[in-house]
Parts: sequence; C-alpha cells; structure tokens
Amino acid sequence: MNKLEILFYALSAFAIVSAIMVLVSKNPIHSVLWLILVFFAISGHYILLNAQFLAIVNIIVYAGAIMVLFLFVIMLMNVKSDQEPQKKLLIKFIGVLSGGSFLTLLIALVKQTAQLQGKQVLMKEGSIGLIHPLGKALFSDYVLPFEISSVLFLSAMVGAVIIGKK
Amino acid sequence: MPIQYYIFFCLTLFSIGVIGVLTRRNAIIVFMCVELMLNAVNLLLVAFSKMYNGAALQALPGSTAGIDAQIFVFFIMVVAAAEVSVGLAIIVMMYRNTHSVDINFLNRLKN
Repeated sequence: MNKLEILFYALSAFAIVSAIMVLVSKNPIHSVLWLILVFFAISGHYILLNAQFLAIVNIIVYAGAIMVLFLFVIMLMNVKSDQEPQKKLLIKFIGVLSGGSFLTLLIALVKQTAQLQGKQVLMKEGSIGLIHPLGKALFSDYVLPFEISSVLFLSAMVGAVIIGKK
Repeated sequence: MPIQYYIFFCLTLFSIGVIGVLTRRNAIIVFMCVELMLNAVNLLLVAFSKMYNGAALQALPGSTAGIDAQIFVFFIMVVAAAEVSVGLAIIVMMYRNTHSVDINFLNRLKN
C-alpha cells in the first residue's frame, strides 16, 4: 500500500464517520461542526486529485461561508436540543432501510458495469485542476454562464432580504 | 486508484445524506444533508474528470480533456451558495411563524 492509498482510505473513513456523526448528533451545532469536518476531508480528496483550485474554493465557500451562515441561523433561533422533535422509531428504521438498499443497489450496479472495469483515476498529476487552465476555460468557453451566475446571486440576495424582513 | 473506489465512497456519502433527509425532522439538519449530497456529487465529478484526463494525457500530452467537469463543480458551488441563502431565509421565516423548525409544521402552508 503506497502513500496515496493510505491517504485515500484515511480521508474516506474520516469523511464517512463525520457524515454519520452529522446524523447522530442531537445538538444541531454539533452537526454543523461535524459537517465542516466532512468538507475538510473532501477538500483533502480534491488535493489528492490535484484539483487545487476546487480544494481551496471548497474550504472558503463551503466550510467558511455556508457553514457560518448555518451556525448563525442556529444560534439566532436558539433551538433547544432536548425539545427537538424526533421521528418515530419505525419511520427511522424504514428510512435507514431504504437508504441502505439504495446504496446496495447502486454498488451492485457499479460492480457489474463493464465500462468502468480497470479505469484508473489520475492522482496528484495533471494540470487541469490548477488555476491557469481553469481560468482560461471559465473566461473563454463558459463566460456566459459565469455572467449569468452573477444575476443568480443578485436575485438570491434580493430574495433572501425580502423573505427575511418582516 | 481505480474509479470504482471513488464511486463507492461518493455513493456512501450520498446515501448517508438520503438517510438524513428521510429520518430527521429538524429542517436545518435536512438542509445540511442536502449539502452533503451535493458535495458527494462534486467529488464524483472531479474523480471522473481526472479519469478522462488521465486517459487523454496518454494519447496527447498537455491535453485539457475533462476540464468541463471541474467548471461544473464550480457552478454547482455557486448555485449551492445561492440556494443556501434563500433556503435559510425561508427557515428563519418559518421559525418566526411557528416557533419551531419541525418540517411537519410545513403542512400548514396549504391554508
């Protein structure tokens, strides 16, 4: 087992355990903190794939901005964790069962797919994840969606303010 | 690293998100599980992009095949940020009206 495989397995196990803790935690603030750990593990995966730009953007946008927004909203609401409504045990069991069967079905499907056999992912090499090629593609082929996304942000901002004020 | 390992890992994260949406009643946690699913899909897109780029690099050095997937991931992050700002505003408004973030209270929307 080389270094890359060890890192892959460690980051995957860390991400999965943290994702399960997001569900298991009773306190919503703990859930947010565990979710931030999941995002850091996914950023580690991006670095393993040499997608450096996405790794940094993932940390700044997701772990930085979005999760802080979640934390602010939770602290604004002051939700007591002991008053949090729980679903019935039967509903929970059915939810876990259907999620697990979804996972099993898709894993069985992927295992049989002939097109994916023997395909390798290029790790820690290749330059397409760096800022220079990404910026070139973003501002030549994808400049129209990039500009439209600014309109999307403006409308989201206006919508959030209008919904948020009394 | 074989592509199957990445697919299995991302499927596991996605299914954990699905289970969270199905089993929790706190609207904020449900929303966080949606974010988890989005991130699993993002990681899978990047893994596929590196798979195609690795195959293209062997045929043609310096190829940038597969860069579109990384641009897609960037746009998914943009849309997710906009979605979170509006969604959290809706949750705050719902908390103001019902003093709870229980998603079962949302059926009051119909009258």
